[in-house]
Amino acid sequence: MSLPDLAALWLTIRLAAVTTIVLLIFGTPLAWWLSQTKSRVKPVLEAVVALPLVLPPTVLGFYLLVAMAPDAPLGRAWILATGDTLSFSFAGLVVGSVIYSLPFMIQPLQTAFEATGRSAMEAAASLRAGPLDAFFTIAAPLATRGFLTASVLSFAHTLGEFGVVLMIGGNIPDRTRVVSIEIYEHVETLNYSDANSLSIILISVSFIVLTAVYIFNRKQAVHVG
Amino acid sequence: MSWITPHKSLDHKWFVAGVLALVCATMPASAERANIAVASNFKPVMEAIEPMFEASTGHDLVISSGSTAKLYSQVRFGAPFDVFLSADMAHPERLIDKDLAIANSMFTYAVGRLTIWSWSETTSSLEAMTNPATRKIAMATPAGAPYGVAAEEVLAHYGLTDAVAPKLVLGESIGQAFAFAHTGNADLGIVSLSLVLQLPEGEQGHRWDIPASAHTPIAQGAILLSRGADNDAALAFLAFLASEDARQIIRQYGFETP
Repeated sequence: MSLPDLAALWLTIRLAAVTTIVLLIFGTPLAWWLSQTKSRVKPVLEAVVALPLVLPPTVLGFYLLVAMAPDAPLGRAWILATGDTLSFSFAGLVVGSVIYSLPFMIQPLQTAFEATGRSAMEAAASLRAGPLDAFFTIAAPLATRGFLTASVLSFAHTLGEFGVVLMIGGNIPDRTRVVSIEIYEHVETLNYSDANSLSIILISVSFIVLTAVYIFNRKQAVHVG
Repeated sequence: MSWITPHKSLDHKWFVAGVLALVCATMPASAERANIAVASNFKPVMEAIEPMFEASTGHDLVISSGSTAKLYSQVRFGAPFDVFLSADMAHPERLIDKDLAIANSMFTYAVGRLTIWSWSETTSSLEAMTNPATRKIAMATPAGAPYGVAAEEVLAHYGLTDAVAPKLVLGESIGQAFAFAHTGNADLGIVSLSLVLQLPEGEQGHRWDIPASAHTPIAQGAILLSRGADNDAALAFLAFLASEDARQIIRQYGFETP
């Protein structure tokens, strides 16, 4: 294994970690709202959340490329704020990955929150717990498995992301050349042995992460406190 | 469906059979179908040549396009192509080495040209590349794409390699590199002239054609694949591609013909 290969792997892990953290921050309130609301727009929002599951990455990649262009509002605002383009940047990949992995965070969380039920939250409220307090002392601990499953799936799904990155990344070493792109380029240049060794690493990492979460899900008792 | 009686569905079958018979009767006896794998930079030309060829011979062409490296891999792993129009000479030569192509069928059907392209007149130049206002420069990846290899040689030729390295964004093919510039995500692109000339008149932006002397000529090789060795449509197409009629169209799209 040569050094640039590991750089791509490290970049991929960073992208997956940042994406998962961003999704936890923005996805938790959304999943909570979806689990509690009786609004008529709920099915519409659920459909929007699930769209990345069924759409090809080319659709997302295409619109992101258009939206991130320096003459588009998003692209222009980003250049004004940072001095660099959003497309072909690590931040741009995070934006794409957050959208692409959104259902992998929202759906397990929403299911977990729905399983918590209203009675526990109402009991907390009757004990004068504020909504935020009740969420962090009752709902969040009860949804531990949901958080873990959602985070691991988001992380693993971002590790395996390819199409969106190919379309908005520009293949820049240490910034946007993630491991899936590196593998693709090795295949294109007929360097099958490097493509093979990188693929095996990616399979191993994904397998270990997924196995760990399944073991944890079986053993872990839920503590509410 | 319940409203279709058995009698009617029988009529329907006879109708289909009649149409099929008619279609078969109107086709020339020798008409065959060939699958053509085309490097994406040549696809616009191919689309112009295809109807001419089909009208004059009655043969049918099925066109697949992609990067040269991807098409090569597909042929190597058994894709059902009869003819390969590569964007370089190296990939067809490798297919000959692997006995997947007919050695003496190879010829240069086009020689590609590079151009510096931008929507803006001020950024379509060599000088614009080192201008601090130019943030991103798109080109095809030198790993795999023949036009990327040539673009890298151009940068070296003008001594710009180090200066522009932080600004480079690499498309997996010359087509994607052009898309980066065309959508405005890159300020300018080092792209193939053929991609610019396929755009409608008045929507071609601005360009500075890079002298052919600044890089190794981008000779593009056509080759008959082993699968198509006895395919009349494939043989006729290769002959047509080398004809003056086809060469004229190829030149219109910004290629040179040997």
